[in-house]
Amino acid sequence: MIAEAGLAALWLAASLSPLQLLLGWLALRLGDEQLMRSVRPVAIAQAALVGISFLALIQLFLRTDLSVELVAANSHSAKPWLYKLAGVWGNHEGSMLLWVTILGLSGGAIAWFERTIQERTLIATLAAQAAIGLGFYAFLLLASNPFERLNLAPAQGKGLNPLLQDPGLAFHPPTLYIGYVGISVAFSFAVGALVTRDVGSEFAKAMRPWVLGAWIFLTLGITAGSYWAYYELGWGGWWFWDPVENASLMPWLAATALLHSVTVLATRGGLRAWTIMLAVVAFSMSMVGTFLVRSGILTSVHAFAVDPQRGLFILILLILYIGGALTLFGLRVGTVKEGATFAPVSREGGLVANNLLLSAILGTVFVGTLYPLGVEVLTGEKLSVGPPYFNSAAGPLALVLVAVMAAGPLIRWRTDEARAVLKRVALPIMLSGLALLALLLLFPSIGTLPLLGLVLAAGAASASLAPLWGRKLWRTPLSTWGMVVAHLGIAVSLAGMASESAFTRQTLVALRPGESAVVGPYSIRFDSVDPIAGPNWTANEAKLSARRGGDTPLILSPQARMFSAPPTETSEASIATRLDGQLYAVLGKPDEQERWQLRLWWKPFVTLIWLGGCLVALGGIFALIGRVRRKRRSRVRESGS
Amino acid sequence: MKAKHQRLTLLALAIVAVLGAVLLAMSSLRDQAAYFYAPADVVRKGMPEGKAIRIGGMVEDGSVRTARDGVTIDFLVGDETDATIPVRFRGIVPDLFKEGSGVVAEGRFQADGRFVATEILAKHDENYMPPDLSRDRSKQKTEALK
Repeated sequence: MIAEAGLAALWLAASLSPLQLLLGWLALRLGDEQLMRSVRPVAIAQAALVGISFLALIQLFLRTDLSVELVAANSHSAKPWLYKLAGVWGNHEGSMLLWVTILGLSGGAIAWFERTIQERTLIATLAAQAAIGLGFYAFLLLASNPFERLNLAPAQGKGLNPLLQDPGLAFHPPTLYIGYVGISVAFSFAVGALVTRDVGSEFAKAMRPWVLGAWIFLTLGITAGSYWAYYELGWGGWWFWDPVENASLMPWLAATALLHSVTVLATRGGLRAWTIMLAVVAFSMSMVGTFLVRSGILTSVHAFAVDPQRGLFILILLILYIGGALTLFGLRVGTVKEGATFAPVSREGGLVANNLLLSAILGTVFVGTLYPLGVEVLTGEKLSVGPPYFNSAAGPLALVLVAVMAAGPLIRWRTDEARAVLKRVALPIMLSGLALLALLLLFPSIGTLPLLGLVLAAGAASASLAPLWGRKLWRTPLSTWGMVVAHLGIAVSLAGMASESAFTRQTLVALRPGESAVVGPYSIRFDSVDPIAGPNWTANEAKLSARRGGDTPLILSPQARMFSAPPTETSEASIATRLDGQLYAVLGKPDEQERWQLRLWWKPFVTLIWLGGCLVALGGIFALIGRVRRKRRSRVRESGS
Repeated sequence: MKAKHQRLTLLALAIVAVLGAVLLAMSSLRDQAAYFYAPADVVRKGMPEGKAIRIGGMVEDGSVRTARDGVTIDFLVGDETDATIPVRFRGIVPDLFKEGSGVVAEGRFQADGRFVATEILAKHDENYMPPDLSRDRSKQKTEALK
């Protein structure tokens, strides 16, 4: 019954989306008040229906209703409830339903809350949302129905991929999807403003919270995904330049650029056409991201769905939407007025540099990610593009970007003196110089890229705090705090990346219980190895005690797990966190002489990478709260006068 | 500067930045993209000595030997032809690395014809096969059905 109700709600929601599009179009065409008022309720109803449909799927998974094909293929009654829940989006159909649900809910939220922009622009925005939703509803209902029943229910489900049975991963996909979909909302605003020829600072202020919100979720999603890959895959790395990682990085790069250009549009009325273009690019990137992940075109750890028909469907959607957006942009860009001008040395100038660098990085990542696909389609030759390419192409650009980021907030709007700016960045430059000297003296053999990274991180961290200098901290606007914290986060994260790549120590050994090995400053004793059992797995668990100097020993217990449903082996890394880094241990296989393979890493300050990511997101949250509060206050003032 | 001129300048800058990045990317891709070889390709095209590549195929039955240090292994990668590649790898192999199942390795050929892998790719699916092989397998299957 629940499955049928869910499917019915999904069909109803789907049928409301062409209605929403049609009503919006007619209302704008005819200028009819009555019609205009009808659009918001339709969007809210659509949100409610798709929400019900998603709740129905959650209920089916929690009850492990095996008569539903999706549940039987991806769940198992013996799974902890959290992973039953995560199983809802740990598969193709469920994750697409989640996508559409978030899209529907955000459409409903705009219809419910947004009161500041022109009503006509809002209606065009909701119509654009409906147009995006339409394609995805069609995709769900025609090619990937999550509520499909089986004629004969199996006695037991097949279970969820053990790699996905992890609390971190339970919340990783929804976070990223909220980010992707949030960008589509920003895009709908851009389309709305283009349609009604209303590209100005009002529209930018309405769009900004959505961009910020989407960007916060993308940041958190990428940070969490990186940490997940780090501890779950057990390869000791935190970023692999895997196409699926790039699929989340590319929208983030575009959204970061958009976030900065929309600020110029909102405060200074400049960069109008450019902001619209970035909204189109950001949306295209989140569509490309969805395509890469969901079409199964990549044979990578993340691509669990392999079905060319579905891939083709998403590809057609991708081409239709991006093509449509670019066509609309081409037709209407002439009507977008030029914004206020500014001198090359100015805050705007700095933000333009930020945008250009981000676009250039995006370009290199995009080319590197899609090149193997293009070559395979054209020549049938298989190749892969890995870290050496991405590090050498995107790394230097990213370092320049961090330098611009450090100086940017210290430049005045409209116009500024180059000499005055230099004076303001003198202290950070001096700190960078000191860091350079110290590093060269202490670690003469350090690599160039990590060296530059650490030096820049020192300068950028101090420069990012400079906007607070001489201010009353409690009276500083929350949005300024947001910028400071986010920029500081970038510097912190950069320091972590550089430190990890410069100072990591690795040891690979085969030991018998009782023997010892050394990694970095630690001496590690292999105490024992014992069989243990979990709720749906059994494992060999090693006990290692790690000593540094006279400290109390750290106990590490890496496991090699065997899952029963589906039958799979995984290794669980064990990580001990200290203030100055992490000790990371992986247990391998035993050989005939009772020796066990052990892989040990000492990674100084590696935690800064994710701490920085969290700071960046926190900065975003501060800025979002600050903006929304200010908007509400100005609205109260308006209605009061 | 007039607003219109500024817009044109910015447009030119944007185009230069993105095109420049893409051109640079394409040129460095030419050196740094790792091509995929099956054992038969090595016979056909010759061994690309010293270049970073990926090889893929099946781990030959009975070919895995562990060296005395306990962490270096040698094995043979074969495909549906008679060609095989000797591979050496130092590290912990992924859980799904087994004799008779699919493997993809990244690394370089040495002058003596041995492939030294820097990474054995973990394909976390017990049904995984390198794309080439699975295509050949399904071809064999359809041929068998005829």
